[in-house]
Amino acid sequence: MQASNFAGNVDALFSFILMTTLFFAVLVTVLIIFAAFKFRRQSANEVGDDVHGNNLLEVGWTLIPTIIAIGIFAWGAAIYVNYRIAPKDTLDIYLVGKQWMWKLQQPNGRKEINELHIPVNRNVKLIMGSEDVIHNFYVPAFRVKMDVVPGRYNTMWFRPTKTGKYHFFCSQYCGTNHAVMGGWVTVMEPAEYASWLSGESGDVNPVSAGERLFTQFACNTCHIPNGTGRAPSLNGVFGGNVLLADGSTVVADETYIRESILQPKAKIVGGYQPVMPTFQGLITEEQILNLTAYIKSLQSQPVPAKGAGVVQAPAGKK
Amino acid sequence: MRAEATGPALKLPEKHYLNATYGIRSWLLTTDHKRIALLYLASVTFFFFIGGFFAMMIRLHLLTPNGYLLTPDQYNRMFTMHGVAMIFFFLIPSIPAVMGNFLIPLMIGAKDLAFPKINLLSWYIYIVGGAFTLWSMISGGLDTGWTFYTPLSTVYSNSAVAPAVVGVFITGFSSILTGLNFLVTVHTMRAPGMTWFRLPLFVWAHYATSIVMILGTPVVAITLALAGMERLFGLGFFNPAMGGDPILFQHLFWFYSHPAVYIMILPAMGVISELIPTFARKRLFGYHFVAAASLAIAVIGFLVWTHHMFVTGQSTYAAVAFSFLTFLVAVPSAVKTFNWTATLFGGSISFDTPMLYAFGFLGLFLVGGLTGLFLGSLGTDINIHDTYFVVAHFHYIMVGGAVMGYLGGLHFWWPKITGRMYPEWLARIAAFILFIGFNFTFFPQFLVGIMGMPRRYHTYPPEFQIYNVMSTAGASILAVGYLLPMVYLTWAAFYGKVAGENPWPATGLEWKTQSPPLTENFDVTPVVTWEAYDFHNRPDLGLDVPGGKGSPAVAPAHGDD
Repeated sequence: MQASNFAGNVDALFSFILMTTLFFAVLVTVLIIFAAFKFRRQSANEVGDDVHGNNLLEVGWTLIPTIIAIGIFAWGAAIYVNYRIAPKDTLDIYLVGKQWMWKLQQPNGRKEINELHIPVNRNVKLIMGSEDVIHNFYVPAFRVKMDVVPGRYNTMWFRPTKTGKYHFFCSQYCGTNHAVMGGWVTVMEPAEYASWLSGESGDVNPVSAGERLFTQFACNTCHIPNGTGRAPSLNGVFGGNVLLADGSTVVADETYIRESILQPKAKIVGGYQPVMPTFQGLITEEQILNLTAYIKSLQSQPVPAKGAGVVQAPAGKK
Repeated sequence: MRAEATGPALKLPEKHYLNATYGIRSWLLTTDHKRIALLYLASVTFFFFIGGFFAMMIRLHLLTPNGYLLTPDQYNRMFTMHGVAMIFFFLIPSIPAVMGNFLIPLMIGAKDLAFPKINLLSWYIYIVGGAFTLWSMISGGLDTGWTFYTPLSTVYSNSAVAPAVVGVFITGFSSILTGLNFLVTVHTMRAPGMTWFRLPLFVWAHYATSIVMILGTPVVAITLALAGMERLFGLGFFNPAMGGDPILFQHLFWFYSHPAVYIMILPAMGVISELIPTFARKRLFGYHFVAAASLAIAVIGFLVWTHHMFVTGQSTYAAVAFSFLTFLVAVPSAVKTFNWTATLFGGSISFDTPMLYAFGFLGLFLVGGLTGLFLGSLGTDINIHDTYFVVAHFHYIMVGGAVMGYLGGLHFWWPKITGRMYPEWLARIAAFILFIGFNFTFFPQFLVGIMGMPRRYHTYPPEFQIYNVMSTAGASILAVGYLLPMVYLTWAAFYGKVAGENPWPATGLEWKTQSPPLTENFDVTPVVTWEAYDFHNRPDLGLDVPGGKGSPAVAPAHGDD
């Protein structure tokens, strides 16, 4: 799938190097196999010819690879310089990497987590910073990546050329959940993008929409169902009693869940650190409702012995 | 084919370095370069199997996209400790400290290295460094990646970073001392007649390697010392929160760690340059060019380090310059490959196990070297950087190249080291198993890398699974290929057929003394009157030289061949 302005050229260069190297690999392999058969030892005490070398050959097989190498270098450098120098008329999107999620912000202020929506055929520039360690934003379908380095801004640009949904990955190792620090780039028609930007969501089933949001906002990286995460398991929480750090308990109802998403530091569950970021301004009311519906659906899931968010199952649970 | 011995059964020499003295003290306090080489052999093998165990855990875990075997933290520890054990404690010391130690004095006709006690010291330093690293592995493990990138390693990691950094720091001095010893030895202790251009290319390769060891290792030592101080005492060298620069760490780290790749591959090239002439019974084609290529690689290898950093946001024009230099360093490797190939033409080629490893090396190094062009080229690196393509590429160089060279060399010199032959057919089968297992393991990683699978992932999208299954299947074949030589070489050291002085026969000085050699290497200091790999002016080898000149007047001492 080639989905950006760079993809075609990167792939063309890749194919060129592949053909060139394949030619030399096959040539040398054939020569070796040919020689191994042709000059195999015929009698035990036989010796080979007394040859020192050939200066003309040496010059030849030094110069020819050098010339080819310089050719490949020049083509690659041309792509790279184009990639590193962004055009002037770009759609600027701000990106922040942190262990282990991506936060992105559109020019109009709309924020996303682990999702990037962009219009097709428009130059997009990402302005990237990191809150902690080095990450790397990589979209294989676009054939480009760039490190996201703490303490400085890196930029990368591309022009998506096909609508669709494409995986993006963190490709610089960044600790425990490096492998799940990914998401989706959605390339849309400009009109669709404009309406998305104004904030409509087309999901119908709130539970499945909520489940998707749970992954999209990376809730699942800490709230691990078996209780081994940095945050309590949410299995069976809804409707149950939650023991807080100050010793009091609270019933996990819709209000509590909403508050926990928007002001996570207001009520800290006993035994856990206040590490959850606030999602205020990142999430629409509709999305909170969907998430609540999903957390409700976890009521019937098995509660782990350790790491549970709930001290006592809901009284009326069937 | 090598002729089977027809003469009377050979006997081991009565006195040699292995039975000169007995007891644990005679080994732990030895200054004999050959015994120190065996101490290194035991210790690098130990670390190889530790690293291999981690590799098996990685491959088993990646069998399925969600990986049920390990938690993310455990997986991250596995690949990190695999890298640390293999690179710092196996690959870097493997050929130089084992074979270089054993062979350089023998090859140049010296009694020992220039500084025998420093040689022993370097082994002890290696062991102390290894102990610190093992401590890290046992007490919580290490999860920073073998590259120790900051600020992950200095601020955010919860694993035992400090002992590992100290361990790698310490073991670097072992490398520096070994390099220094080799340089001084080659300069000052060559036998009469052993001019610079009569040196075996194995010695040239180690000469070039030693330069890299001496110039590069101090830089990584400083870098790791700074990182250690940042982690332990909170000094802000690399942590941007304290005004440091995380990219500076990468510059310093790769300034050593890219040349370190040449510490791993140059000695293997040296081994191949011995194997091919011996088993083709022909001079190495273009001796001077191959020797010069080793030096060129060592020098240019110091000028390419930021090709590991093309997507860090470094200056565009710096990246362009370093990409250009990277392409230049590819040329001497190509020259070597062409010369090895040309050597085969007009030779008398046998297919003994060491030669099979040499063929394996040529094929795998070719793939490894050529795929480096995809990564050195800026336009393709922005796509495949930090994907499995990179993993496959450097395993083709370091395992396909360096380990094939290491095993080929071990088989070739095993009769010299132990005085006994390994079982030939079993060894040939093992070489095939290794070659097939290796390709099965690592070739699919090129494909999955091109598709965009990033490296160091404990879980991956299901579309990548088929390649990972192939890779894991191949790794289990590869494991058999490593265990077999381990077992039969050990067996052969005690029960193998007695080899005699020069079973192949080969032209080097190391084959002009008994096997195993005396503690002093030679009865009398040899005088060299021939060029390296010259089969035509060596009547003592007992070979049929065309034209009657130097026809075999005397059979070799042991009656073999």
